[in-house]
Amino acid sequence: MANEHTIKRFDEELERLNATINEMGGLTESQFSKSLDAVRERDTAEAEQVIADDARVDALDEQVQQLTVQLLALRQPMAVDLRVVLSSIKIAAALERIADYAKNTAKRSIVLSQGAAPASAVVGIDRLGRLVRSALKDVLDAFANDDVDKAHDVWQRDEEIDQVYTGLFRELLTYMMEDPRNITACTHLLFMAKNIERAGDHVTNIAELVSFRQTGRNFAEVRPKGQSSIYTAGTAE
Amino acid sequence: MSMNSHDVATVSTPKVTHAAIDTASLGEKVSIRNLEFFYGDTRALKNINLSLYANKTTAFIGPSGCGKSTLLRILNRMYDLYPGQRATGQVLFDGENLLDASVDINLLRARIGMVFQKPTPFPMSIYENIAFGIRLYEKLPRAEIDARVESALRRAALWDEVKDKLTASGLGLSGGQQQRLCIARTVAVKPEVILFDEPCSALDPISTAKIEELIDELKQDYTIVIVTHNMQQAARVSDFTTFMYLGELIEFGNTATLFTTPRDKRTQAYITGRFG
Repeated sequence: MANEHTIKRFDEELERLNATINEMGGLTESQFSKSLDAVRERDTAEAEQVIADDARVDALDEQVQQLTVQLLALRQPMAVDLRVVLSSIKIAAALERIADYAKNTAKRSIVLSQGAAPASAVVGIDRLGRLVRSALKDVLDAFANDDVDKAHDVWQRDEEIDQVYTGLFRELLTYMMEDPRNITACTHLLFMAKNIERAGDHVTNIAELVSFRQTGRNFAEVRPKGQSSIYTAGTAE
Repeated sequence: MSMNSHDVATVSTPKVTHAAIDTASLGEKVSIRNLEFFYGDTRALKNINLSLYANKTTAFIGPSGCGKSTLLRILNRMYDLYPGQRATGQVLFDGENLLDASVDINLLRARIGMVFQKPTPFPMSIYENIAFGIRLYEKLPRAEIDARVESALRRAALWDEVKDKLTASGLGLSGGQQQRLCIARTVAVKPEVILFDEPCSALDPISTAKIEELIDELKQDYTIVIVTHNMQQAARVSDFTTFMYLGELIEFGNTATLFTTPRDKRTQAYITGRFG
């Protein structure tokens, strides 16, 4: 619906906004993916690259903000156009956060690579990360193709991510209780897990925004949520 | 993009999209029922059904030739001035069909006042521009007319600018002031409904803002209908918006809803600047 305005410049500006978000999405996906590689392969050089490239995501976020402010001021968008502009700001902010989490995971991977870490927990982090990476990829596809059904599918997958996170949390707790020498590594792994889980929440938000920009509504039903038993598991013993 | 609620293919039947409105607290001042309008053989309005609510502002929007001004002009029988124009159906104004031949048109136009696109002050003093209209309908002592003139000018937010030159010609005022003088003239005869036909199209932005502010205040006492080409203006001043296209009423709804999530594809296309 973008290329039909009486004023062609309006179309061009909206398309530029979409293109910027697509570029930002691609870069964020790559950053996230590389941060997982850095953890799994204990690859310090890759981690440092992720940390350095975060500025590129921030720069794109700034571009999106400038474009949206300009569109609001000069074009006074209405209805679907207004929703596109507003959701663009929020999607860019979500992507920026996801990239920040990737950067933080990369930083922790450098520390982690300097000592021993429970191998199965590292595998768990990778598994959780792959779930979120695949959800991120799909939500970006849904965004690029205005595909509300696909966004809805991603939105429902957050439950699985939460469950894997909860399992990992318990596992890490167990390692720490077994041997206090694990605590440093496991604390970093715990923060990584939290980073990844939070990134998953932002993916869910983006899925909602894909629906909002198309229909003016969020998904109607209540999102499936896993048990939040981790908050009791830590204090029970 | 895909909007499955209203496909173009399904709109051949003249069904109006009404967004959910809580009408319980609203008084229906004018009810338009099955209204059709003809310029000779040309059917300019097709089966219009619409309610205008008391103390609310309703905006008519749509591309040129959609029938919005025609609909406005029916509300005070302006079309009676022209031969070959006729309306069928009902326009109930406090329960009375104002299309009936028995309706006293002069009285009707006092109860339903109109402000036009271009300011139309009479070539007489500012004072007389307003007093003239009052004297047409009522015989009042001079002091009361003075009071009515002052209150009308205050109501139109013009008093402070003209109180020291009431005997000067109305034609000497600026465009924005002239339009407010015309609003004062309309208000002075104590109407119940005020029709605005593109009231700001000849005005600068500051004068436009003053008129819009005025419309917002006037609706406390009157029922207001405004035809405007300026969608932002409709969005700013109205409580309800009616989108018309090719003589049909396409969508009616709360202004906030209609401008953010219109239900009909044609409304969406028009308000986002994709046609019209």
